[in-house]
Amino acid sequence: MKGNFIDNLPKIYGIYTGGFVGFIIIMAIAEQMGMTAKTIGIAFVAFTVFIYALIGYLSRTAQADAYYVAGRQVPTVFNGMATAADWMSGASFVAMAGGIYFKGYGYMALLVGWTGGYVLVASLLAPYLRKFGCYTVPDFIGTRYGGNLARFSAVVVLTVASFTYVTAQINATGTIASVALDIPFQYAVYVGLISILLCSMLGGMRGVTWTQVAQYIVLIIAYLLPVFWISNKMGAGFFPHFMLADEVARIGELEQQFGFVKNAAADLKSVPKGLAGITKAHSAVNATPWAFISLALAMMMGTASLPHVMMRYFTTPSVKAARKSVGWSLFFIFLLYSSAPMLATLSKLSLIDPNLPTGIIGKTFAEVEAIDWYQNWNQANLMFISDFNGNGTLELNEFFMGGKAVVLATPEIAGLPYVISGLVAAGGMAAAMSTADGLILAIANAISHDVYYKIIDPKAETAKRLLVARVLLVIIGFAGATIAAMEIQGILGSVIWAFDFAMSGLFFPLVLGVWWKRANRQGAIAGMLGGLIAGAWYLVWVRTGGSGFLGITQLTFGIFGSAVSLVLMVIVSLMTAEPDKATQKMVDDVRVPSGKSILGKSH
Amino acid sequence: MSNQQKHWEKTRGLLFITLAIWFVFSIGIFLFGAEMNEVTGPFGYPWTYWFTCQGSLGAFVILIFWFANRQEKIDEEFGFSEREDE
Repeated sequence: MKGNFIDNLPKIYGIYTGGFVGFIIIMAIAEQMGMTAKTIGIAFVAFTVFIYALIGYLSRTAQADAYYVAGRQVPTVFNGMATAADWMSGASFVAMAGGIYFKGYGYMALLVGWTGGYVLVASLLAPYLRKFGCYTVPDFIGTRYGGNLARFSAVVVLTVASFTYVTAQINATGTIASVALDIPFQYAVYVGLISILLCSMLGGMRGVTWTQVAQYIVLIIAYLLPVFWISNKMGAGFFPHFMLADEVARIGELEQQFGFVKNAAADLKSVPKGLAGITKAHSAVNATPWAFISLALAMMMGTASLPHVMMRYFTTPSVKAARKSVGWSLFFIFLLYSSAPMLATLSKLSLIDPNLPTGIIGKTFAEVEAIDWYQNWNQANLMFISDFNGNGTLELNEFFMGGKAVVLATPEIAGLPYVISGLVAAGGMAAAMSTADGLILAIANAISHDVYYKIIDPKAETAKRLLVARVLLVIIGFAGATIAAMEIQGILGSVIWAFDFAMSGLFFPLVLGVWWKRANRQGAIAGMLGGLIAGAWYLVWVRTGGSGFLGITQLTFGIFGSAVSLVLMVIVSLMTAEPDKATQKMVDDVRVPSGKSILGKSH
Repeated sequence: MSNQQKHWEKTRGLLFITLAIWFVFSIGIFLFGAEMNEVTGPFGYPWTYWFTCQGSLGAFVILIFWFANRQEKIDEEFGFSEREDE
């Protein structure tokens, strides 16, 4: 059955995709027959989550290598899809188009950073870590550098970075569940958490792999279908990616015509928290080269250091497959990322162009307030208008919107049927769940494998190890949900911090572990802990009113952290003895794709 | 020089080429973002805007597949490619 399952993957997921499209059609028909919007929303979220839970149950396992690395038999293309779902979080899905809509060029550094990082993954790390044969990222650090302290330091960095990230994801699942199921956010967070745990608890990495593939299919359909539909409906062109140049130019014209009027501080006080107006030109270069490049660079190095992404490449059958798989991952990510700016363009033009039937700028306040979708999204606290200058017509600077509205509200504004909004909710849920699953699993596996099995009880039996792993999974999930329920930070801010933490502590210890034979244990420990502490210090300093230096902000503090990490690692390594012969031989073996992996099949 | 050293030398050479191309598309062109945005580029978008939306992203996808193929060739040349049944 096992080999059979892998051979039949294209067929299985083909049927699954067909089934999902069928479900969308059934819902569309049900809508025509009078099913309410609320029921459709519930049906979409409940149906998809049920399917993921079913896959999670079918993937249950009692073997260590299936639990930790999905038995190392995930084919290249499917691993690419799973990685893409693992990677694209609730933030990518719900908030990214909104960020582009409001901040334009300066924000699009994230698009470049979150894709360019995969070049580093493919060329510097993934194939070598696959050859190593590790279960977790600290497994590599612990074996390459030797010693429990090195292993433990890696677990610390991994936990700090991943935990920062995971609260944001559980928060996102909670937000979507609370809107779609119409329950309070404090409870919705736990509904989201239970859905997440259903995917990963029984099957570990194997369960997460096959649910992530299913989640990718849902999220990409949910993102692309509305973009293409809206583009056609607006007459902007059949294939928006190649055909929106006129629309981009038209937005520029309108911006000239309306002008960016700066609102008085007193007026802005009346705008609900989290909503913003359009204050920046859509396609103009509005950031200095260093501001753009430093943010992109921080995201790229962070990408290469985030353990939940790296561990996906431990599941491929070979080193060769790991390299190709990185390419497929980025291709599947590209499909969504290249569409986000198109959605932002379509959304903005449909709202501000007075020549379009959906445009609201230039209309009277009474007219706008009478529009159905305006009332809905105003009630959901995602849209707001206020007549600051008292002339009775809506100006560009008098219209405010939340970032999430670009993805969530544009289908409704463009007049698409409600079934599309239900689909978008299911897509957002899939995006947030798949990332949360990957992250919780990364933390729980690191603690169960590296701290419990490798440091505390090396003689533990497989059954006991997997039990510990599952208990940790639940504990970490609940801890994340509890913090998410407190709603401390926004979704996007904490996501970016996670990248900075990861690159501060892990980028150079990982890269130099493969590419610099002279790197030793003392250097690696100094690099990991020094980098993490330096990065965290810089963040706190800037957050508490510090001026910062070299234009490094609280979003790019990883540049400072990783620089400290590199310097410490090189100096301390050179001051202490070089690694022993066995370690040097191990590095040589890692560099050759053929032959046995460094660590045994089940270790 | 042993077979393995030669293999590593070539692998490192490929890494430098890959990182150089990566540098151009992720950092190099954005040093001239303001100037380049004045010029109309592919599909009629301004150049810099197009790179941030599609150009750089697509270049990375192609670069990774190109890199993977080149590395496979290097591995084959020195007899280090994996057997299919491994």
